[in-house]
Amino acid sequence: MQLDSLYQEIILDHYRSPHHAGLADPYDVEVHHVNPSCGDEVTLRVELDGDTVTGLTHHSVGCSISQAATSVMSDLVIGKPVAEGMATYEKFLELMQGRGNVEPDEEVLEDGVAFAGVAQFPARVKCALLGWSAWRDATAQALAKKEGASNV
Amino acid sequence: MTGARTFSSPLDLQSVRADFPILARELANGFPLTYLDSANSSQKPAQVVQALSDHYLKHNANVARAMHQLGAEATAAYEGGRDKVAAFIGATNRNEIVFTKNASEALNLAAHTLGAALKPGDEVVISEMEHHSNIVPWQLACERTGATLRWFGVTDEGRLDLSNIEELITERTKVVSLTWVSNALGTINPITEIAAKAHAVGALVVVDASQAVPQFPVDVSTLGADLLAFTGHKAVGPTGIGVLWGRYELLAELPPFLGGGEMIEVVRMTGSTYAPPPARFEAGTPPIAQAVGLGAALDYLAGIGMDKVAAHEQAITAYALEGLLSVPGLKILGPTDIADRGGAISFELDGVHPHDVATVLDTRGIAVRAGHHCARPVHERFGVQSSTRASFYLYTTPEEVDALVDGLGFVRSFFKVA
Repeated sequence: MQLDSLYQEIILDHYRSPHHAGLADPYDVEVHHVNPSCGDEVTLRVELDGDTVTGLTHHSVGCSISQAATSVMSDLVIGKPVAEGMATYEKFLELMQGRGNVEPDEEVLEDGVAFAGVAQFPARVKCALLGWSAWRDATAQALAKKEGASNV
Repeated sequence: MTGARTFSSPLDLQSVRADFPILARELANGFPLTYLDSANSSQKPAQVVQALSDHYLKHNANVARAMHQLGAEATAAYEGGRDKVAAFIGATNRNEIVFTKNASEALNLAAHTLGAALKPGDEVVISEMEHHSNIVPWQLACERTGATLRWFGVTDEGRLDLSNIEELITERTKVVSLTWVSNALGTINPITEIAAKAHAVGALVVVDASQAVPQFPVDVSTLGADLLAFTGHKAVGPTGIGVLWGRYELLAELPPFLGGGEMIEVVRMTGSTYAPPPARFEAGTPPIAQAVGLGAALDYLAGIGMDKVAAHEQAITAYALEGLLSVPGLKILGPTDIADRGGAISFELDGVHPHDVATVLDTRGIAVRAGHHCARPVHERFGVQSSTRASFYLYTTPEEVDALVDGLGFVRSFFKVA
């Protein structure tokens, strides 16, 4: 229950000036996700070029953890193949569910390692995962859309 | 520090707090528990836990259908809980007390059974400050029947906007269902006045008293409600039990809600007849030990005196309003004066999200609620997505309120908004 381990300076920096905030055109799919229990909301747009995430912008309303996590996630997946982004999500999820016993891999998670402390605040884990769930949903829809188009 | 503000309560707080062992707990980092989330769920005195434990350890059996001595004891204990609830809220007939699992089920029971008579063209009137449990059941009832849902708005001060009551409550209105005390704003609504308007057009009045019964004396015989719902766990009782009170003549006309054991008269394969109230609405094995615990909880509150509980609630809420308003950048959602106001205060703190407020306070042992408090529409009304809520009860001390105010100062400095 150490505050400084939860609110690392990196998290507060991302919260104060989130990266890739502000919805931009063009995009393939837009999704809107909420945490019904607390009311946090994120609107997120993705654009894919083949298997690569070329665009991700978002508009988030919520706490510092959810906003910062969405910002960090944007940095982690933009310009990368979808599969790599999904693998990064798995690593992040493992960290979040690790109750503080998982050593984060900075090579993969970059600024995401700052969220290690969140794992010790079970009520806040869902905040850190909101943006990720929106991105995974939007990406799955975008891939399905492209597949549908190429099958025509 | 908050300085030497005056505070006077009719309760001996030290002796009240001695009945609630959990209040003496120490939390992480050596902070004492400062429990300011009683509108969410109250703490329990040892007397209630003892009653639950005695029942399970000495008298446990199923009720009514068990033909043995323990069955008779359990039945007497369960029905004794009903007598205590009836006396506590001023019901003249014990058969007007229906036990449910919580207030949500009680309100769903009301919406289902009253909803059975709704048809297109009929209207149900609620308000923008309702808890979701007094919104969604009526939305569902209106969807099922084609009736129309309408609602009172809320003024900037957080009061019910009664300016258009004449257009809202009309001959088309069949049900008016309102909260007595808002769980988010703290507002106490003028139920009796609105009920008179509703009855004048032949509508029935349902009252969500979840935040009222724990806080001040309630007398259903003069309130003007036809049905009234509340829950045990907010009134120092156990979870798993709620109450629907209804005028007996009305309950006797209503169709069943859930089907099952104990709610029947005669069951044939071709159709069944139903028991009179309250059994008609209590299908299956009821919350027996919880009824015993609720009875003990109401005995506890009655022993202290609900007038004193209400006076303490007023005093501590006034003290908290003053303290919170001294925090820079803090904005209260709801009335900022103590008149017609209950002991829950929701607020925004400029520059810090409510979840972050709650987490930082939690690391200092201070338990508050953050989010929309199951009242999203009223947050939308005030243009906010969520808020932090501190709520008080008969065991809350001015020192705990001071800890909250100091804690908010710490929150502001931690997030560098100070």
